[in-house]
Amino acid sequence: MALDETTPKPMDATLQPINLRSGQLPLVKPMGTSGPDFPLNRTEWPTWQDDDNPVKENVFTTTLDRLVSWARRSSIWPVTFGLACCAIEMMATASSRFDIARFGSEVFRASPRQSDLMIVAGRVSKKMAPVVRQVYDQMAEPKWVISMGACATSGGVYNNYALVQGVDQVVPVDIYIPGCPPRPEQVIQAVMEIQKIIDRGPDRRRPAKPDWAVDR
Amino acid sequence: MPDPTPESNSAPMEEALLPPTSPPPPLSVEGLKERFGDQQLAVTDFFGELTMVIPAEALLDVCHRLKESPEYNFNVCMDISAVDHLPRQPRFDVNYHLASVPAGHRLRVKVMLPGPDPIIESVTSLWGTANWWEREVYDLMGVVFTHHPDLRRIQMPEDWVGHPHRRDYPTGKYAVTFTPPPPGFEPGK
Amino acid sequence: MTDLAHWPTDTADPSTEREIATETMTLNMGPQHPSTHGVLRLVLELDGEIVVKCTPIIGYLHTGIEKSCEDKTYHKVVPLTDRMDYLAPMLNNYAYCLAVEKLLGLEIPERAMYIRVMMAELTRIASHLVWLGTHAMDLGAMTVFFYAFRERERVLSMYEMLSGVRMMSSYFRIGGVSEDLPFGFEREVRTFLDDMERDRLDEYETLLTSNEIFIERSKGVGYISPQDALDMGLTGPPLRAAGIPWDNRKTCPYGGYEKFDFEIALGTNSDVYDRYKVRIKEMRESVKIARQALEGMPEGRFRAAHPRYTPPDKKMLATSMEALIHHFKYYTEGFHPPKGEVYVATETGKGELGCYLCSDGTPKPRRVHFRGPSFINLESLPKMAVGRPIADLVAAIGSIDIVLGEVDR
Repeated sequence: MALDETTPKPMDATLQPINLRSGQLPLVKPMGTSGPDFPLNRTEWPTWQDDDNPVKENVFTTTLDRLVSWARRSSIWPVTFGLACCAIEMMATASSRFDIARFGSEVFRASPRQSDLMIVAGRVSKKMAPVVRQVYDQMAEPKWVISMGACATSGGVYNNYALVQGVDQVVPVDIYIPGCPPRPEQVIQAVMEIQKIIDRGPDRRRPAKPDWAVDR
Repeated sequence: MPDPTPESNSAPMEEALLPPTSPPPPLSVEGLKERFGDQQLAVTDFFGELTMVIPAEALLDVCHRLKESPEYNFNVCMDISAVDHLPRQPRFDVNYHLASVPAGHRLRVKVMLPGPDPIIESVTSLWGTANWWEREVYDLMGVVFTHHPDLRRIQMPEDWVGHPHRRDYPTGKYAVTFTPPPPGFEPGK
Repeated sequence: MTDLAHWPTDTADPSTEREIATETMTLNMGPQHPSTHGVLRLVLELDGEIVVKCTPIIGYLHTGIEKSCEDKTYHKVVPLTDRMDYLAPMLNNYAYCLAVEKLLGLEIPERAMYIRVMMAELTRIASHLVWLGTHAMDLGAMTVFFYAFRERERVLSMYEMLSGVRMMSSYFRIGGVSEDLPFGFEREVRTFLDDMERDRLDEYETLLTSNEIFIERSKGVGYISPQDALDMGLTGPPLRAAGIPWDNRKTCPYGGYEKFDFEIALGTNSDVYDRYKVRIKEMRESVKIARQALEGMPEGRFRAAHPRYTPPDKKMLATSMEALIHHFKYYTEGFHPPKGEVYVATETGKGELGCYLCSDGTPKPRRVHFRGPSFINLESLPKMAVGRPIADLVAAIGSIDIVLGEVDR
């Protein structure tokens, strides 16, 4: 294969060996740096003396609230509370196609004491309701609840003796997701809405009216 | 003491447990009527499914004979379920769906029980799988199985009152509640 | 005290050994637990790490599906059946639709039969993929979970092409299927089957089959003897791993399976490892069956055309008044089947799913009862788990492949 501009060239053989004790830096450009000036190709970076306004470009101020909210919203860890079919869509949200780990939910903790979010995914039967409440009580503040799917929101397809008609009869819910089961994208949107709730700050947990509300 | 786990099971499978390689000749209504002459009340055939109705007292005996006899050999009890025919007396129908793995047959044995407190003998001594099935029928239909090792509720909570699958037990529909509209809301404005 | 003979004892001087009074600990492996595959509660009595007694407590997902079915017409029951074994929704539809069709004496057109078999086998593959992912994750192999769900997403895209819904499609209806295959569907299925056969299944096997850790955790674990298995009514892959070739698709063929050529996956040791091998082999056989159904698919109707028991074609509604009336009455009042009762036994990924249907002539069924395989397979869990450490219990639960929607219904 003929050598052309795209083939990386071997290192220059005419370079002098460098005595590192003399304090000299090697003036070798790494391989592949004959291309455009991507950041990775640079060996010399601008220093703070090149900044126009060193303080403004290197220091940012914020309130403690916003810092704490940013930390909380970027690492919401759900507790594994998959009950029925919606649990499978929750698992699909966690797997590689929809990947909720991008949004901070890197792990689904099994222990409620180590998690922030309870996604009630599935139908809640009357036998299970006290367990839901107990798991919710065991979570440490601040905690949020997403009610995923029609069954957890309102009893869903089933209106009978065996199911609690909506998990909000048992725990306070922040976001409801309709669907049977909801698509993983809807679950991700719900987590994003929770992030917006968290952004409002630690004292204002009740969500403000959404943009599409009729009587704004 | 639990069974020790064998390292590798190189013994050949007992002939008595293997299903037949070709579809077996179907069971015949007359054959069953003949075998169980005095103990059965009716044998019907619906699209290849045989149902044998027997009186409640004969249940254990008939099932024992069905399980142990070499030509029937119904060694698996696939399903036990009950039906509530409320206005009809006898009110409850308990169906035992039996399958024979070596012979490849299936049979439904039906017992009719009068309500509202049906009692029948348990078949857990014959098939271990009947344990949970009978618990479920007791829980949801209220059929009491005598000589059951552990008859208690299985699906509903322990302190539930009533037997949900009975016809006179309501489905339990809840009225759907709607959130009230925000104050000052005029539809269409 | 339980027999710890297979555990090494490290005493230097036997004369200093003495009996210490111990008692067993009762531990609740609660309804909310990552390894119980749903809301299953196990009350364990433990002697150290060894399980002395294991009592499953179920009912935490009891939905009253069977009771709800009595309030709905035969047609409206179909979406309720989807939600029982939610990993393989079309297989539940299949059992119910076959039961109703047997009751009505309805003949299914060939194309509908082939479509059903193809979708049933794809559903079986999807169900086994979830089992593979979650079981391997329980035993520590997390990679397999992501790979298996990647494949499952393709099956769910196919569901979406057919019906618009990813999981609970209610695609199988009484008399056939609800709509014909869309354009481009065959190509999608063909590429999927080619990929599965060519390298995906081999990829899973490469990760697990000769993996020392997987073998250590699964060989010899969760043993149940064939006699006990039949006595406890175990069906499906655990029974076939015990060496008994009982598969409803072969022994009592239904829905056209007698036309297809496939083998029954069989194991010998009746342990977790053999159940894994049986399910992998079943996935390969499902690929074979689905391919045969795809290649041999005849043209024709996708749904039976009966004047009373099936709805009219949509295109007739624009021109025919009788069709419109029939459509209206079918979807509101329903049809009146003959009186009688049927029991249909089908084979899902978990075992024998039986549908018992009792009709009294009215448009609503008198009683619908599902013989859920997971309900009965779970009954044999104590037999598999007693005398072994808890880690083996977790492996055994995964290998039985329970789905709580079916256990509790």
